[in-house]
Amino acid sequence: MVACISGDWPILSVLLFLPLAGILAFPLLRSDGAAKLWALGVTIITAVASLALYTGFNPATADYQFGEHIAWIPSLNINYALGVDGISLMLILMTTLLSPLCILCSWRAITVRVKEFLVCLLVMESAMLGVFMALDFILFYIFWEAMLIPMFLLIGVWGGPRKIYASVKFFLYTLAGSVLLPVAMIALYLASPTHTFSIPELMGQPYSASLQCWVFLAFFVAFAIKVPMFPFHTWLPAAHVEAPTAGSVVLASVLLKMGTYGFLRFCLPMTPIGVQTFAPYVLALSIAGIIYGGLCALAQSDMKRLVAYSSVAHMGFVTLGIFVVNTAGIEGGLLQMINHGITTGALFLCVGMIYERTHSREIAKATGIGKVMPIYVTALTIFGLSSLAFPGTNSFVGEFLVLVGSFQSATLWGLLAIPGVILSAAYMLRMLQRIIWGGTHNPDTSYLKDLNARECVTLGLLVVMVLWIGFAPQPFLEVFHVSVQNLLAQYQAGLPM
Amino acid sequence: MSFSPFVSELILILGSLAVFAISLGTGRGRLAARVTAGIALVNLGACLATVTASGELFCHAYRVDLFSQLFKCFIALGLAAVVLFGSQLRDIRAEIRPEYFFFLLLGTLGLTMLVSCVELITLFIALELSSYALYLLVPLRRERPGLNLQMEAAAKYVMFGVVSTGFLLFGMSYLFGLTGSTYFQEIAPALALQAQQPAALAAMVLVVAGLLFKLAAFPMHLWAPDAYQGASNETTAFIAAVPKVGAVAVLIRFLLCTEPTNTTLSLVLTITAIGSMCFGNLAALVQKDIKRMLGYSSIAHAGYVLLGLVTLQSAGFAMSMFYIFGFLAMSLAAFLVICQVSREGENVLLDDLSGLHARSPLAAFLLAASMFAMAGIPPFAGFIGKFLLLSEALRSGFLLLVIVAAVNTAIGIYYYLNVVRLLYFAAPEGRPAARLSPLVAGTGVVLIVIVTLLGLVPGKLLDAAKTATQKPVAAQDKPGSASPVLPQ
Repeated sequence: MVACISGDWPILSVLLFLPLAGILAFPLLRSDGAAKLWALGVTIITAVASLALYTGFNPATADYQFGEHIAWIPSLNINYALGVDGISLMLILMTTLLSPLCILCSWRAITVRVKEFLVCLLVMESAMLGVFMALDFILFYIFWEAMLIPMFLLIGVWGGPRKIYASVKFFLYTLAGSVLLPVAMIALYLASPTHTFSIPELMGQPYSASLQCWVFLAFFVAFAIKVPMFPFHTWLPAAHVEAPTAGSVVLASVLLKMGTYGFLRFCLPMTPIGVQTFAPYVLALSIAGIIYGGLCALAQSDMKRLVAYSSVAHMGFVTLGIFVVNTAGIEGGLLQMINHGITTGALFLCVGMIYERTHSREIAKATGIGKVMPIYVTALTIFGLSSLAFPGTNSFVGEFLVLVGSFQSATLWGLLAIPGVILSAAYMLRMLQRIIWGGTHNPDTSYLKDLNARECVTLGLLVVMVLWIGFAPQPFLEVFHVSVQNLLAQYQAGLPM
Repeated sequence: MSFSPFVSELILILGSLAVFAISLGTGRGRLAARVTAGIALVNLGACLATVTASGELFCHAYRVDLFSQLFKCFIALGLAAVVLFGSQLRDIRAEIRPEYFFFLLLGTLGLTMLVSCVELITLFIALELSSYALYLLVPLRRERPGLNLQMEAAAKYVMFGVVSTGFLLFGMSYLFGLTGSTYFQEIAPALALQAQQPAALAAMVLVVAGLLFKLAAFPMHLWAPDAYQGASNETTAFIAAVPKVGAVAVLIRFLLCTEPTNTTLSLVLTITAIGSMCFGNLAALVQKDIKRMLGYSSIAHAGYVLLGLVTLQSAGFAMSMFYIFGFLAMSLAAFLVICQVSREGENVLLDDLSGLHARSPLAAFLLAASMFAMAGIPPFAGFIGKFLLLSEALRSGFLLLVIVAAVNTAIGIYYYLNVVRLLYFAAPEGRPAARLSPLVAGTGVVLIVIVTLLGLVPGKLLDAAKTATQKPVAAQDKPGSASPVLPQ
């Protein structure tokens, strides 16, 4: 049993409710500019405050830290329980650090209903933090579902031409996927000896094999749609392409991680027999996603669609790492979750910056801009190289670890994943070549202005993260090393001897 | 003897008489509306003040306890909300508006008394008092050239109502014949001894069938969409929510007389629940009139309420209570907006809601919140209510029913989301602005706050509901006798 260590003061609740509390000031703010500044201030304060989590976190233990526990619905043993371990810490930090960038990148792009837009972003931040912090199943589910409403509005109100189709598809797809999640939760609650919804207490219980398999399937559908795994990915390109830049960043960087987080937090420790039974199928779907996503990305002429399909491929690597269930695989998967958040988020920011200038996302409309936008193409190249896992960038470490894990598990899985690496190099380099140099018939791009200070700050922070993780991944791996070991121990203990 | 526990009933009786006196004059529609609003608010205050009261009247046939008072609070809330947001009665002729309020108060009085009745004859009288008053509200709507929807609706409402009353009376006569008593507290132990007799089962099924009419559950649901569509918007707002609360109260009273081991009755209720959910949700998908859509969706909600009742246990009953309370608030919030969007009192089509966000942001927000609540999305009461119902049903081993309910939740989301889509994403196309008066806006906000609070802090009401649905000590209560039948 993993203990839950309480802190001196409820830092998690403070972080969780800071963005929500920030909304209360909105009626007082007269102009849109003031609202933007205020929202930026709130998210920066949240981001700075979240660094206290990093400094106060003790990576030598797998316990849940900064724990909070308040009885909520005592008659059903439902509690307001928060806590952070190595697995969730990095995701929380990523969420808080990306939120100010989301507001920065919308500074000019959003011109209608600005306050409502900022409210949606702040609600999103609170809900996303809640998903990663919750240690009670009901609390988790509430945040998990509540997040859909602001995201639905972000796509549907501020999105592109086919925004309504995309937002409705996104909402229905993800919600329909999670309808069986509460049923699975209740089944575990009833089967647990203490009748609890507490996530740590539900782990490592001797549930029967058939119950584990059914619960795993219910979990899997919900999480696989969120990841999204092939063949549940069809909502993703539509949602990404139509969403405003900030929406795409939130979607790619944080929302997709919730699916893989769910696998790590719930499936492995609660239903190890289910994982063991279905792992080969999940691995096959992961490989299919890697190859299929790569091939689709290769065929795109729209930058945003290309990045969206590359997400499918990258998330395939994450699920591959998780479901080979060994230290290298899971640590690689976790690191790859962070990397994908940084790199793909940054690529969506880059696409947004071009779109603001040319009002088109077609690669053909923005070829050969290396001369007029040197800073921009430098950043784009760094993120592009990171996306194809070039050594020295963050994704190299993650993908390498995942491949190590796959080869340890079975040579077949590792070999099958290799073409994905080559594909990612192909589609990324193809895009970079055309954007930077283009061909002989480049459109007139001399009117384009290079990045301004705001955009440089936005991308600069992410460039630092890419190189930092790329060259010195150890501090990041250390944060979750003990938690992953503990997770694996729980998994092994749950399997029949 | 103290009158204080019965203050709500007294207020409603005196209030009805006062409005009746007003209705004798001419041109007093506005006066009647104001008096009724005052009565409704005083009644709500009185109900909240006497929530812990207890007392008995009429030789133990009429009992005020926590159970009845909780229901009375929400019935009073329903009346107050409908009177506050629907006082204009645009689609009722001016000269009969005082009568409209008179019947509305009488109907509420009947429901208020209904939840306190613990004896069959008293219960029947209270039920008929409320039914007949409500039957009359439907045809009061103004006639439109070539359109007599309200008459068709009234005819269906009365016909089905009378037939279901026949079922109810028939079942009651069996109950009396089997047990020799009309008091619930004597029926329960006597019935337990002959639970396996076909006659006992027939009695319960007939009674339940009669009551399912009020709840608009499959297969007694046929009146609901037509009556919803044909009645004026304010009337629909009332009959869509408040009588259902009363129906749940009486159903719980009857089902408390049975044992949790009565598998046949459980099976009957399970089939009803599955039928209600599937039929209601699937039929709602294709509706164009929002009142009809809500009519079908209310059939589905009746199915969710039955999830708690099939368990035949106190805990399940408590969840059904909680859910119907939450449903009352969401349904009222939705109809509040419908009443305001309709300018002349005409029916509102889904397309009429297009771009309401631009025309009236608050109205759009209220309707969207109630749609999300009905769809069962956190943090509203609809989510936690459904979740609690699912967990109690699963605890009692109804795995199939729970899965059907979960799938139905997904179906429901489609048409609720469609409304939100129209509200926020569709273009207004020159539709006029809908203005909410401060009073109406305040009522709407209070309703949504209630829906949200029930969703976020359900603990107190849930505990109260659990205490209220405990079986009386006289009945044989075997906690935990039904073991979970889960895939182990």
